[in-house]
Amino acid sequence: MNEYPRTKPGSQPEYLSPGYKATVRRAPSQPLIRLPHTPSELSGPIYGHNPIGPTDNDLTRHFAQEPQGERIIVAGRVLDEDGRGVPNALVEVWQANAAGRYRHTRDNHPAPIDPNFLGAGRVVTDDAGNYRFVSIKPGAYPWRNHHNAWRPAHIHFSLFGSAFVTRLVTQMYFPNDPLIPLDPILQSIPDAGARARLVSQFDLSLTEPEWALGYRFDIVLRGRRATYFEEGGK
Amino acid sequence: MSLIPSASQTVGPFFNFALTPDARLGVLAGDGAEGSRISLEFRVVDGDGAPTPGDSMIELWQADAQGRYSQADPNFRGFGRLETSPEGRCAFETVKPGPVDGQAPHINVIVFARGLLKQLYTRVYFEGEAANAHDPVLALVPEDRRGTLLARPVEGQPGAWSIEIRLQGEAETVFFDV
Repeated sequence: MNEYPRTKPGSQPEYLSPGYKATVRRAPSQPLIRLPHTPSELSGPIYGHNPIGPTDNDLTRHFAQEPQGERIIVAGRVLDEDGRGVPNALVEVWQANAAGRYRHTRDNHPAPIDPNFLGAGRVVTDDAGNYRFVSIKPGAYPWRNHHNAWRPAHIHFSLFGSAFVTRLVTQMYFPNDPLIPLDPILQSIPDAGARARLVSQFDLSLTEPEWALGYRFDIVLRGRRATYFEEGGK
Repeated sequence: MSLIPSASQTVGPFFNFALTPDARLGVLAGDGAEGSRISLEFRVVDGDGAPTPGDSMIELWQADAQGRYSQADPNFRGFGRLETSPEGRCAFETVKPGPVDGQAPHINVIVFARGLLKQLYTRVYFEGEAANAHDPVLALVPEDRRGTLLARPVEGQPGAWSIEIRLQGEAETVFFDV
C-alpha cells in the first residue's frame, strides 16, 4: 500500500512550544506511535454536510449592510507536494473583525463587535485547485500569553484534501506585519522558510481597482501524484 | 517539483462560529443507516486533568457497518465534528463500524485545540471486541497503554459508549504519527 510522505524536519511546529503557554499542559509527553497508512488513513471524508451557499465565499455579504474595514480579496491554489492543484478541496476560513474582535461569546477584548460581520466563510477549490474569497482585513488583538502580547493579523484556514492524513488547520498572515517576529504561535515553526510560507503576498493582479486589495496565499497539502493514482477514488 | 506541506497552526479558542455552528455535525449516521446504533461520548482533559472548556474540537471518520469507507449508504456520512462543552465533553450519534481490511472495528479521531499547534490523531476501539486481540495497529501500542484507546460501555444505557482523551500525563491517550 502506498504511503503519504512523512513530515520534513523543522517544517512543522513541535507540540511543546513553551513560548506559547497553552502548549505546556496540552502537548502530549509520550512519543507518537508511527502508524502505517491503512484504508482508514488513506480514505477521507466527503464534507457534504451542508451545501456551499452562493455568498459563503464573500464574508462582506452575510448581512444587509457591509462590514467596517479594509476590503480584501484572498486567493491562491491548494497544491499537493508535486505542485499539482488539489480539486474539490473544502476550504473553511474564519477571522476577527477589523477591530480585532471575534464573533465569539468568550472573546472579551474590549473592541467593538461589528453587527455586519460574522467572520466565517467556505469555498471549494476548482478543477485546478484555485480558491478565492472576499473579506475585510482582520485587526490585531491582544491575548494573555505574556505581557503585552498581541497576535498579528491573521485568517484561520481549515482544509480537507483527499484523505484523512491530508487534513490541515493553519493560519494565514499578512506581509510586513511588525507583530510577526513577536508571535510565539507562528514562531513555533522552526524553519524560517516554512514560517514565510504562511505569510500571504500582496498581489496587484488580484487587486480590483476602486474596490479591494488582493493577497495571494497558496497552501500545500500532503500527498504526491502517485499516491492518488494508486489510492484515488477510495 | 517537490513542495513542502504547509505548516499547521492551532485552531485557537474562537472557532465555533465557523467550524461547529451546527450540532447536526455530531450525527455520522442518519435514521435508516445500516448497522447497530451507538452514541460515543468524549471527554477531553489536559495534563492537570482539567477539562478543555469549549476550546477543543473532535473530528471523527469511520467506516460503515460493513467496513466500507465509500459512503455507499446514503444515510451514512461517516464524518462528524463537534466542539467540547464547558465540561470538555461532546457526544456523537453513529453506528458501530465494521472491521476494515483485517483491523478491528475502530473510529479515526482528530483532536484540535487551543494549545495544540498540530492536530493529534488517535483511534477509538471498543472494549470487549474479540477482534481487538488481532488488530495490527493495537499491536503497535505497548500493552499497558492500549486501554487508552478503548471506549467503554456506559452502565445502564444500552448502545452508549464513552472514552476520555487525556492530552498529557498519567494515562495519556495514545496518539499516532500518521
